[in-house]
This record gives sequence, C-alpha cells and structure tokens, in this order.
Amino acid sequence: MTVTASPAAQADSAVLPRLLAGVGHQRALGLAEHEREYGTLWLRGRSGQRRPERLIDMVEAAGLTGRGGAGFPTGRKMRSVAGRGEAVVVANGAEGEPASAKDRLLLTYLPHLVLDGITLAADAVGATEAHLCVHRQEHDLIDGLAAAVAERRQAGLDPVPIQITGIPGRYVSSEQSSIVHYLNGGPGKPTFSPPRPHESGVQGRPTLVNNVETLSHVALIARHGDRWFRGAGLPSAPGSMLVTVDGAVQWPGVYEIELGTGAGEVVMLAGGPTEDLQALLIGGYFGAWLPVEVAWPVRMTQASMRAVGGALGAGVIIALPGSSCGLAETARVVRYLAEQGAGQCGPCLMGLPALAGAVADLAFQGGRGRAVEAIAGLLPLIEGRGACRHPDGATQLARSAIRAFIADARWHDQCGPCDGVGRAPLLPIPEDGEEDWNWT
Amino acid sequence: MSFTLHGPALWYATRATGLVTLLLLTGTMLLGIVTAGRFASEKWPRFLTVGLHRNLTLLVLIFLALHVGTTVVDTYTSIPATAAVIPFVSPYKSPWLGLGAVAADLLIAVLVTSLLRNRLGFRAWRGLHWLAYACWPVALIHGLGTGTDRRTLWLLAAALACVAAVAAAATWRLATAARAGIR
Amino acid sequence: MSHQLRVNPIACNGHGVCAELLPEIIDLDPWGYPIVRSANVPPPLLMHARRAVATCPTLALRLERAQNRRP
Repeated sequence: MTVTASPAAQADSAVLPRLLAGVGHQRALGLAEHEREYGTLWLRGRSGQRRPERLIDMVEAAGLTGRGGAGFPTGRKMRSVAGRGEAVVVANGAEGEPASAKDRLLLTYLPHLVLDGITLAADAVGATEAHLCVHRQEHDLIDGLAAAVAERRQAGLDPVPIQITGIPGRYVSSEQSSIVHYLNGGPGKPTFSPPRPHESGVQGRPTLVNNVETLSHVALIARHGDRWFRGAGLPSAPGSMLVTVDGAVQWPGVYEIELGTGAGEVVMLAGGPTEDLQALLIGGYFGAWLPVEVAWPVRMTQASMRAVGGALGAGVIIALPGSSCGLAETARVVRYLAEQGAGQCGPCLMGLPALAGAVADLAFQGGRGRAVEAIAGLLPLIEGRGACRHPDGATQLARSAIRAFIADARWHDQCGPCDGVGRAPLLPIPEDGEEDWNWT
Repeated sequence: MSFTLHGPALWYATRATGLVTLLLLTGTMLLGIVTAGRFASEKWPRFLTVGLHRNLTLLVLIFLALHVGTTVVDTYTSIPATAAVIPFVSPYKSPWLGLGAVAADLLIAVLVTSLLRNRLGFRAWRGLHWLAYACWPVALIHGLGTGTDRRTLWLLAAALACVAAVAAAATWRLATAARAGIR
Repeated sequence: MSHQLRVNPIACNGHGVCAELLPEIIDLDPWGYPIVRSANVPPPLLMHARRAVATCPTLALRLERAQNRRP
C-alpha cells in the first residue's frame, strides 16, 4: 500500500495536524526544516536545569498511551524503567502489521520527530544505549534514517547515540520480547515472561520499548506540555493518533485524527466508500471485524472498541465492500498468521494451522454444516496459550469474523462459497519473496 | 580382618558388579530414550518412565561404587583409588581400564548436572545430558576390554543383548521423532 | 499464601507427564499440550504439584507464589 500524506485530507479540526504537520513537503524533512516546523527541542529546558523525570511527569499527566497496539500508558512504562540503573531505549519501527503504514510514514517523512522522541526517552529513563529497529530488508528506510542520525550527530543533538538496527523480517520478530531477544544475540523470536523488558531486557538491563508513533508524541509533549496534548481527543482518551485507512475508500492512506473520532468519520476523511460497505476491520490483523452499521458510530478509543467486541490496535481501518467475502479475506489472513508463528509453542504451532484450515474450509469449500462449530471449538484451545499474543490476534480475528459475518457463515455452511470469494483479495498479505526467512 | 584382600572372591565380585552396573546403565539408557520418545500405554504412564529412569541411576551408582571398591581393595592388581576417576593412571590393562574411569567421569558429570537442573536451566542441562550417549558405549568397551571373561559366551551374549536393546530403542526413537514434538 | 501453576509454552514439548501426575488441575489438549484448568493450587494438591514440576522432562512447569502481577 502506498504511503500518502496529504494534509489537505485532515479533519476540519482546530488542533490538527500535530504529528503530520510536516508532511506537506512530500519528502523527508531535514533537521533545519524539522525545527522550523515543530520548534527546537531543548533537552534540558532553556535554563539548562530541567530534571529528566519532569518529562515522565508530563507524559503521565498527558495520558499518552502506546500506539503500537497494546495501548499501555506510556508514562507508567517509562517510570517502571527509570531509576533502575543504566537503561536501554528501543524504538520499535518495524511495523509488523501488514495493513498499517503509519510507522513507515513517520520514519520516511518525519524521522527527526521519532529521533527526538528517542533522545527524550533516553534522557528521562537514564539510558546509555538506544536502538531504532526496523526490518532489515528495508534498505531505503535504513539509509534515510542513518542520514538523519548523521545530521543530528553533526549538530551534537543526541547525547546517547541512536543505533539504527535491522531486525529479521518475520511478523513475530517485531514483537517487543522478540526484539529484545534479537538484540541480546538470539533469534528474533518471542520469549517467555517474566522477566519483562522493563525489569530485564537488552543485556539484562531495564529496557523501554516504545512504538515510533508513541515516541513522536513524546517529542511534541516535551515541546508543548501535557495540557496542550489533552487539548485534543477526549478526557478519557486524550491526544491524537495516526490511522491507516484502506480497502474500498477513495483515498487510502495515513491520517491523523483526534482520539474519540467516529470510525465512520475517519472513513469519510479518506474520501468515503467507493461501494456499499458491509463491514470494517478495525485494528488490523490483530483487530476485529465489525458490521458497518455497528462500527460506523463507534469512537476510536480503546474503551469504545472493546465495548463492541473490537480492538483499537495499531489504528487500522479497512473498509470491506459488500461484493467481497469477509470469510475469504479472513481465511487468507489467518493462513498468513499461521505461517508466521515462531513455532515455539505447541498450541499455536498446532492450533493456528488447524484454525486456518477450518476458516478456509468455511470460506472456500463451504462448511458442510460443520465448519462454524469446528472454528468455535478451536478458539479456546488456542487463545492465551502461547508465550506471546500472536495466536490471540488470530483467534480474535476469526471470532469476530464469525460474529460479523454470521449470516454469510451460515450461508456458506449450507450452500457453499459465495461469489465474493472470487473477488481480488482486499487485505494485503506480504509475499514470501519479501520475507526474510532467517531468524538470526 | 586386614584390609588388603586378595583371592578369587574379590575378582568375581569385581566382574559381577561390573556386569550388573553395565546392565543397569543400559536399562537407564533405554528408559532415557523412551522418555524422549514419549512412549505411554494404558498400564505404563509416562511418569513411570521418567521416574524409573532417574531412580535407576541411583542403583547404577551403588553398583559402580561396589565395582570400583572391590577393584581397588584387591591387592592382586594394585590399582589405586584414583584410577576410578582419573583415566590411565594405572598401567594395569591400560587403556581398557582407563576407559572405565572415563565412563565414570561422564556418569558423574551427567548426574551432577541433572541434580542441578533447576539452576542450570533447561538448555544447558540438555546439552550436557548428551554426554550419556558417550558414557554408555565407553563403559561397554571398558567391560569387554578389561574383563578377563571376554571370551566367555555368557558375557558376550550379555554385551550383545545390551547393544541390541539400545540400537532397537534408538531406531524406534528416530522413527517416532517427527511425531514426538517440536524439537 | 497460595501457589500458582504456570506452563512455559516455549519450553513445553507436550510430554504430558504433568497431566498424569496432576489430573485434578491439568488436562491435555488434542495435540498433547497441557491446559491448566485453574492456576490456583489448593494446599492438599501442593505436594502433587511439586512432584509434577520436578518430573517435567523439560522444566516447563512452574509453581509460583501468588503475587500481584502488573500487566
């Protein structure tokens, strides 16, 4: 999916754009332009005296939550790492979610925003080492980031040098514990916790792992304060977020919205539907399908999504038209997820292929009256039984598909596949050729 | 009774305890292979295999101690106690005797690391446990080489039976390897 | 003081010895991997739980003192 960054398509909002203020230039912002657009960053405050912990106070007061999918309060995370000795900051820019493009957009066009965030976080938690991780086959991205880091080094900006680190290209390798495992010299596979990274991560040191969008917000909070951050969004869900909109919409791309914006409003931001829609996939492959009439009014916040059985995830909205078959799309994604497991845990290694087979059976062969039951039976055997959340993402997606497409499921079960299965796939599935198959 | 003894009684004791040690060690090996191969039946649960494997090792130790003890105490051959764990320190029937010490060392290593499993962590423990596959053949060769019964039929038959049993178990293990798990 | 039973799914190889020794708490799924029905181990079963932990061929079963676990 191409990364579009058109500021003209921002919501009619007095407070936006924030992160995406600088994308109008349609190319990577250099350091000088970055400072013109967003303001200069003063690490220690103009008086040179600001305590590093002050930033953590601000981030906590701002109510910023992680933008990588889990939504954990960022201030609390930073506090759990700070004060434990020489820490490590890891910025996760690997964006394993195939349907998401926001991290790529930030790293391509606004690298200095991310790098500011990393430096601020490193200062706040007392880190002596910092990594910005991307998939190692992304050569262009790595080159661009290396150039940005070099520019900053010349300007003497980052007291802790930021290392651009390429990690294996597998889906689970971008998971938090996988990255730490890889940085410790092991394969890019998830590890069993405890211990969690904030206790013992890279080289056994307290490690802060944050998504690059989260760190970009930190960079702006440091400049403008927590009250400014809360000037957007809702009291219970403050700030702005990046959303990737794809599927049957006029202008697929990455948009910045205030938290609490209705999902339907976001679809309209992207130019509105190109056909009649049946459902929205919200959250990406770790998210959930919602029928369009249920999804349209739901606010884009963690709590609202959960209340309707969905998930905010990495801020992805994919619009499924009526002419597509949601079960077929789901079958392809679950098959992809099954192939992308680390193969370390029995229930995931055995269960996901079985689940993929059952969903594919329902979608492409017609379930013959058994598939829905088979799927329902498999879900509790897989959920929560892996070392990481990978199998849970697949089960959540499958469960939401059966719920959202229940009429289709019954139809498939009785009459076989519908016409929609023949339609060109809507959900992006990375091809084998692009994947780096080596774990180390 | 003075501690220096000689005479055929000790000699028989050494050979007998040696053979029993080898048979018990073979039994332990078989149970270890069966553990990895996940065998279970209605009357034979898996925990029995695991438990028996561990407990049999104690018996191996006891008979090994008797075997070493009777050898050292026997004045006919003047083998020092250190020869039990330091290979080739005694010139008697070297290198066959020395291999006994090698096997004993390997067994002690496997034993100690298994007792400290929890502290070692699974990966380290497993790597070291493979030494067991070295210990058993070395013990067997020691027995055949050192033993003065080497030409007697029953000893050869016993040795052959041990080899056949382990070979059969190993073959079965390899054949079921695909079914037996991730690693 | 209560004890919690946990399986390390990466270490677990599906031997199933734990389910034999602690059938009150551990079942096996269709692929041979343990399902801990209820993590809390009642005191009468503690000895059996300890034995199951010790007998696991891959050290995948753990008995932990109950504590407040942060997300």
